Amino acid sequence: MSVAIPFNSEPRPDTGLYNAKLGVWLFLASEVMLFGALFSTYILLRTAAVEWPQGSEILDVPIAFFNTLVLIASSVTMVMSWASLKMGDVGKFRLYMALTILCALIFLAVKAYEYGAKFSHHHYPSDSTFLAIYFTLTGLHGLHIIGGVIVNGYLWGPGLKMWKSDPERFTNRIEVAGLYWHFVDLVWIFLFPVLYLL
Amino acid sequence: MSGHSAEEVRAHVKIYMMVFGALAVLTVVTVAVSYLDIAVGPAMVLALLIATVKGSLVALFFMHLKGEVRAILWTLLLTAFFFLVLMSVPLSGYLDSTSL
Amino acid sequence: MEPVATEPEEADHHEDHPHESFWRRYVFSQDHKVIGIQYAVTALVFLFLGFCLMLLMRWQLAYPGQPVPLIGGLLGENNAPQGRMLPEFYNQLGAMHGTIMVFMAIVPLAVGAFGNYVVPLQIGAPDMAFPKLNMASYWCFFAGGILMLTGFFVPGGAAQSGWTSYPPLSVTAPTGQTIWLFGMVLLITSSLLGSVNFIVTIIQLRVKGLTFMRLPFFVWAQLVTAFLLLLAFPPLEAAGILQLMDRLAGTSFFMPEGLVISGQLLEVSGGGSPLLWQHLFWFLAHPEVYVLILPAMGIVAEIIATNTRKPLWGYKSLVYSLIFLGFMSFIVWAHHMFLTGMGTKISAFFQTTTMIISVPSVVILTALLLSLWGGSIRFNTPMLFALAFLPMFGIGGLTGLPLGLIASDIPLHDTYYVIGHFHYVVAPGTIFALFAGIYFWFPKVTGRKMSELLGKLHFWPSLIFINGVFFPMFIQGLAGLSRRLYDGGEIYDFPDHVMVWNKVMSHSAFGLAAVQIFFVVNFFWSIFKGEKVGANPWQSNTLEWTDAPSPPVAHGNFPKLPQVYRGAYEYSSPGQDEDFLPQSQPQEA
Repeated sequence: MSVAIPFNSEPRPDTGLYNAKLGVWLFLASEVMLFGALFSTYILLRTAAVEWPQGSEILDVPIAFFNTLVLIASSVTMVMSWASLKMGDVGKFRLYMALTILCALIFLAVKAYEYGAKFSHHHYPSDSTFLAIYFTLTGLHGLHIIGGVIVNGYLWGPGLKMWKSDPERFTNRIEVAGLYWHFVDLVWIFLFPVLYLL
Repeated sequence: MSGHSAEEVRAHVKIYMMVFGALAVLTVVTVAVSYLDIAVGPAMVLALLIATVKGSLVALFFMHLKGEVRAILWTLLLTAFFFLVLMSVPLSGYLDSTSL
Repeated sequence: MEPVATEPEEADHHEDHPHESFWRRYVFSQDHKVIGIQYAVTALVFLFLGFCLMLLMRWQLAYPGQPVPLIGGLLGENNAPQGRMLPEFYNQLGAMHGTIMVFMAIVPLAVGAFGNYVVPLQIGAPDMAFPKLNMASYWCFFAGGILMLTGFFVPGGAAQSGWTSYPPLSVTAPTGQTIWLFGMVLLITSSLLGSVNFIVTIIQLRVKGLTFMRLPFFVWAQLVTAFLLLLAFPPLEAAGILQLMDRLAGTSFFMPEGLVISGQLLEVSGGGSPLLWQHLFWFLAHPEVYVLILPAMGIVAEIIATNTRKPLWGYKSLVYSLIFLGFMSFIVWAHHMFLTGMGTKISAFFQTTTMIISVPSVVILTALLLSLWGGSIRFNTPMLFALAFLPMFGIGGLTGLPLGLIASDIPLHDTYYVIGHFHYVVAPGTIFALFAGIYFWFPKVTGRKMSELLGKLHFWPSLIFINGVFFPMFIQGLAGLSRRLYDGGEIYDFPDHVMVWNKVMSHSAFGLAAVQIFFVVNFFWSIFKGEKVGANPWQSNTLEWTDAPSPPVAHGNFPKLPQVYRGAYEYSSPGQDEDFLPQSQPQEA
């Protein structure tokens, strides 16, 4: 039994926000600091290192290039799924959301293949600080992708029933899930050149 | 504002597609640049510059930061400041080794 | 004390929800009040545990190598053969005392308990913005806390590299350290969920008319605290992940090359930086100090305003100082690291910011002190604790200044002086404020007041004993006694003249433990037998007193949604019949 919380789906007039939107932005702010600390670690380790390999010598650039495009595409389908809901088209929403999840799964599969290739060439996190930061950053990013897949999967499947009872709130949920998803994409946009190209 | 009417959204869709195109092109550019023979320093600046442009596109259009309400912009500004503070940590070891 | 009930008894006003099962209602509750109480009870238990660890340490410091009386045999042969404490066990006690007190007792009590219970009531909200997250936050905290404690039962014992867990020591420590790291990840997750919830609640759920500059100071304190938790904790989470990688995956984030331990060269790739951990750790841990102190200041401000029957002196300067304090707390962290040799330029920068941050702290303390001027002060138990907070925090703060200056920090940093300094801030400072808060809001939670007599019997000896525990630390510290010795310094000759204080401090600690019995008895006795009171026993202005019954309505808090017409501290306004003017009372009353 819970009470009705004000501004759960309608925006508060003076702030122009509904609760979850402010909430997710605050969460993303903390995520910025989380990845910020890791980027800071990267810079410190790299500037202090005697030698630092160029990412492309160890890592597979073409495959990561493909993965970058996949993730960008998933961001577009995500925002399209929200736009479809705004226009009242649930069918399209389901299609775009399914595509988003598909892209995420492709990304994860490629990532798993990459990890496997590294291990089979006996590249482990303990080998060097470069590999250590590579596995930590991409691993943590991968966990974020998995989290996003779970949330999006829920909204695509069982969560959709809210569309019938409270369409406004459901659309908000998609927007909030989208904000998170775009952020995960945004982190990758920085990870890709930093780890693979420089 | 966060309230998007159906017509506005329809106009947005076009923008989303353009942003998608821009992101794809910029990704190609990043990779292409990395194959050029540029010194590490400038290459790094260039790559991060492109990444920042891409990141801004995602934030401004997909995350609708363009025209977002003040409360969120201020929160992000605050976060950005502390992010920069965090980025200054690696500096700390170098301040004394250089003659400032 | 005249218990003027401003509203008739409303004990029957509860909207009971009969369909709610016991589990939903008391265990996995989503009601902020129940969650607040869960936090309070759990945190008080952890506070007690942390206190017990300290008592064991104090025994060892006063009587090094002598068997611990009474419970010596229970500590286990691995930790204390024949009751005689081993150095490794002493280290575990130290590390876990700090961890438990900071992350599992005081922050959950100040933020989780008081924040959860009081903030929605003071802003006229029916609940927190995200009740489910609130529940998740509590259970993350609970799981993290229990996990931390299991460390004592694994081979090698609990974490023993200090509450700061500096590498490389912590990376090569036994399994307990891994458990510590996993525990921290859970506690940090809990804090993050909580802080998002607090900020959204305060920004979004303020009732009609409650503008930012009308917020009670306590709410402001919680808002700034939540921002600190939100932005400062993630770097420590990142650092925790990196240390886990170092321990479990054999990486070298914090491990330099060529490290030799016990004559053995460590087989790591090297290239890491132990200093990096310290940076990331203190990037959290300095704001954390303000997480400990700001809610305490908020509690004290509420109690002082209510019990002096006059407005807070300089409400706006208090608020601005608070915001500035929160902001500055992010750029002072490296003053904990002057001894690391990180370089003079960077040290000079942090020395400067540290001196700057002392200004808003002094503004807040001065404003609270000036608030007393000319008031008709009621010396009830909550007020006594709140008043004691002022000089105690003052001592804690002022003794911090020499630590912020490089020249004086270098000889003092590794001595008991530092222990004395921050314990004055946190123990007779924050913990006294938390006691004040418990005595103050107890009637709101239970509908009954705690006993004044037992309260005073608790307060006065506590004040004397706690100074007996911490003041001599300054004396020992100035004599150069290291804070890292498990025998209290007996091994050296130079501190002989200050060794006598070890016994004074330890016996004060045992006395302090004894007088807490008054509090425990008072607490339980008052739940059942305390004097029944109405909604507003202290004649206070804020919404939780004026518009919600004691205890507030089970779901939704307020029988009727209040509206706010003025600031929180209009006491003794000219031309009024009463000496208080509730925030929710319309202009033409």
